[in-house]
Amino acid sequence: MATATATSRSILARPTAETGWTSWFTTVDHKKIGIMYAITAFVFFLIGGLEAILVRLQLSEPNATVLTAEQYNQLFTMHGLTMVFLVVMPMGAAFFNYLIPLQIGARDVAFPRLNAFSYWVFLFGGLFLYSSFFLGGAPNGGWFAYAPLSTSMPGNNMAFYSVGLQILGLSSLAASVNFITTILNMRAPGMTFMRMPMFIWMSLIVNFLLLFAMPVIAVALFQLTFDGVFGTSFFNPAAGADPLLWQHLFWIFGHPEVYILILPAMGIVSEILPVFSRKPLFGYAAVAFAGAAIGFIGWGVWAHHMFAAGLGPVARAAFGLSTMFIAVPTGIKIFNWVFTMWGGKLRFTTPMLFAIGFVAMFTIGGLSGVTHSVVPHDAQQTDTYYVVAHFHYVLFGGALFGLMAGTYYWWPKVTGRMLSEKLGKVHFWIWFIGFNLTFGPMHFAGLLGQPRRTYQYGPELGDTVTIWNRIATFGALVIALSVLVFTWNVIKTQRGPKDAPDDPWDARTLEWLTSNPPAHYNFEEIPVVTHRDEFWYRKYAEDAEGRAVPRQAGGSTTEVQGQPPAGGDTGDPDHGDGHEHIHMPNPSYWPLVMTFGLPIAGYAVIYRSLVLAAIGGLLMFFGFYAWIIEPVAEDDAH
Amino acid sequence: MRSDRLARRWWLGLTMALAALALAACGDEPQSAMDPQGPFAQKPDDLWQIVFVIAIVVFVIVQGLIVFTVFKFRERPDDTSLPVQTHGNTRLEIMWTVIPALILAGIAVPTVRTIFELDAEPDGAMTVQVIGHRWWWEYRYPGAGPDGQDIVTANEMVIPVGQPVRLEMTAQEAGGPDNAVIHSFWIPKLAGKQDVVPGRITTLNIQADSEGRYLGQCAEYCGLSHANMRARVDALSDDQFQRWLADQAEPAAEPEGELARQGKELFFREGSSCVGCHALNAGDLSSGAQVGPNLTHLMSRQEFAGAIFELNEDNLTAWLENPSSMKPMRPDFGVGMPDLFDESDPEARREIQALVAYLLSLL
Repeated sequence: MATATATSRSILARPTAETGWTSWFTTVDHKKIGIMYAITAFVFFLIGGLEAILVRLQLSEPNATVLTAEQYNQLFTMHGLTMVFLVVMPMGAAFFNYLIPLQIGARDVAFPRLNAFSYWVFLFGGLFLYSSFFLGGAPNGGWFAYAPLSTSMPGNNMAFYSVGLQILGLSSLAASVNFITTILNMRAPGMTFMRMPMFIWMSLIVNFLLLFAMPVIAVALFQLTFDGVFGTSFFNPAAGADPLLWQHLFWIFGHPEVYILILPAMGIVSEILPVFSRKPLFGYAAVAFAGAAIGFIGWGVWAHHMFAAGLGPVARAAFGLSTMFIAVPTGIKIFNWVFTMWGGKLRFTTPMLFAIGFVAMFTIGGLSGVTHSVVPHDAQQTDTYYVVAHFHYVLFGGALFGLMAGTYYWWPKVTGRMLSEKLGKVHFWIWFIGFNLTFGPMHFAGLLGQPRRTYQYGPELGDTVTIWNRIATFGALVIALSVLVFTWNVIKTQRGPKDAPDDPWDARTLEWLTSNPPAHYNFEEIPVVTHRDEFWYRKYAEDAEGRAVPRQAGGSTTEVQGQPPAGGDTGDPDHGDGHEHIHMPNPSYWPLVMTFGLPIAGYAVIYRSLVLAAIGGLLMFFGFYAWIIEPVAEDDAH
Repeated sequence: MRSDRLARRWWLGLTMALAALALAACGDEPQSAMDPQGPFAQKPDDLWQIVFVIAIVVFVIVQGLIVFTVFKFRERPDDTSLPVQTHGNTRLEIMWTVIPALILAGIAVPTVRTIFELDAEPDGAMTVQVIGHRWWWEYRYPGAGPDGQDIVTANEMVIPVGQPVRLEMTAQEAGGPDNAVIHSFWIPKLAGKQDVVPGRITTLNIQADSEGRYLGQCAEYCGLSHANMRARVDALSDDQFQRWLADQAEPAAEPEGELARQGKELFFREGSSCVGCHALNAGDLSSGAQVGPNLTHLMSRQEFAGAIFELNEDNLTAWLENPSSMKPMRPDFGVGMPDLFDESDPEARREIQALVAYLLSLL
């Protein structure tokens, strides 16, 4: 078999290294890719946060001159684009990547190279978008880029928007295909849908939403690109087009997009609350089906972003009703989470604090959302700071709190170290207070007449508005302080020893069966699943009163403990004694090579350069072709 | 259990007090959406009052539950047993599905009714056309003059008190939809906002039930000076309104004083940039351009440049010297006032003086 000689080794040979810093460029390991997503998303979070601080400094006084109008317009646009596309979505992807195979008992995702490709496209797409700052100016049309404004602004700013987002969309679309296939096809034996962890349910729903929503924005972005760069008239009213077409297309994507942003955090919180309440998720089936209902109904509410846009009364009434309707499954989940805690034995670790904070803050955002559905009053609320308050309560109070909870919770599994509980609590409280100081006042400022997306406001709005703005700016600085605390926690922790136990939290799901961090192949033997919360079931049985009691001699944390699963063989007939016979997908260069072509092609469109188009196109084609035909690595050929 | 209910009542009291305080504190700021001054703002506010109270009650219940749970069920250090592994409670789950649905259905009925009520053209409504430009508002009163003339003004809309006004709105640049973008007309004390869209007509009903000046501004991001596109509505008594219409229908009076007369000459000079953009009906001379605001009765207004500067000699002079330094604009791109003078040139400064004198005479 292994007759590989020196002559058959070439630079195009498939890489095999799983360690060393260069291995990160060729890795297809879902865990490494998850880590890369998380680090990159965190860096963008710091940048997006800086943009927010600058915005808030400009708004701390009426008629301030900290920023010019053009600078402000670029900063608020990039803040929104960064937080949505370069922070919350990729953080979700980080968790999907790291956890999905582990929680379903698989060794990797269905398409490992496509997985790597998704990450590199995200990184390069983000860099492409940010290169605009150095190439004439960043996008300045708002994250929602309403036409015809977005197609009639001077410069290339909005071309970077339409091309940059197009590139980023490819990342999410590819990932969605990957994760859906993985969840549907690669669950461990015995893991039926109703035994999947709730995080997997939410991931499945989110990835279906991505699968159907990304093509819509892709079409819209193509039209925007052609209008902006090549002078077509998709959205040009002078040529007879209807500007509202952009709004419809954008929001048909945009509304499912907000569920894409929140559902991963809901999944994370649905994992954490049971662990630190020491009892199962209350009403598992209802939470799963409510999530699916939200995903489904979410397609029917998009025009609630357009209540002032000029739709007729019938359309507004219909979308008002559907928006009210979607509050029901959302409320169900809130109650299910609260009652997960009810009757439990609550441990207030840092992940638990963030998870409880999620429930409380998301409730506030959900309530202000319900007030939006009262269409005639939404005509007062929309496009004011009241809406800014609403979506920050659900996106920060919801998604970011949830993602932070997950970060603290899974940190030991990923790194082998526990983040400091003391610093974590300091982080939580400063973050919580800063967040409410920043966004609470915006409810009032909006209802007192302060519109959104304004680089300055006048003193004629009244002293109260100025005071709320000053408090909000102060709150933003408090949030920044809390992020510093978190960063310090990370640095301090990572310098310390890898002494976290494999199951530090006494958790419920399969990833805690593995070592810290899990081996490359995840599980020595693919676990056989007989129950929901399989790992918990292996540790505890329920007595006659329904209380959990430990099985045998307490919950040990190695893979080969407690009750051996019935008939627990894996599928691999070649399985031997050692893990070196577990076949894992090989690393590959080609996803990265192919990705290089994308931003080059992007610049080609913006600068209308055939040369760049040729280079980008060739890189993509060559990368793609090599990807398709590359064999497994020599060492693994058998 | 009684202690739990007491705990919750205490929270309820506190929160209602806070809500009342918040609402009271947010009363009558000049652009407040919580201070309706006419029926088309009152109706949305009526709905808001209901929904806000329901939201506060739900807030108190849910947050109260969370706080209660966090205290009651915290792990005690001496207790290492595990809790009952409750998986769900069907009755509870049905309740918290059905009850919110019923509450929402309750809100839905008046909501839908109000949507249609607000949309209908009111009886006896006066029509005013609103045209959103980058970055100022144009108002046209078709046939409203004593002899059926069209009245055209900018940024400050004048309406009679107590009468419904039907706004027919669109967005334009220089008279057409080309290069125009979406804006939104919003005077919170009189009505919710309504977008104005190039190539389309949208409508909004407003009515002011008291005399006075109502503040508002553009509420749809429209680029560089979106923040500087303020709108005002002045509600006058019926007599005053008729007088206003009559005054507006007149051409501009002949200016008094040499400087102002020079200014008029400069304004209407062959090849002047002024008449290229600004309409001004001076009787013997007139310009019909539609790029910038109609200046015929400029001084009947209080503010200019999108209602962000007071109309006085200093501001007008600074504006003519260098408009882009006062308000961010892109005249090179066809939006906003270009920089027409080299203010370091004494001749140019003299011309500006004359023009300002003329503008100040346009009562």
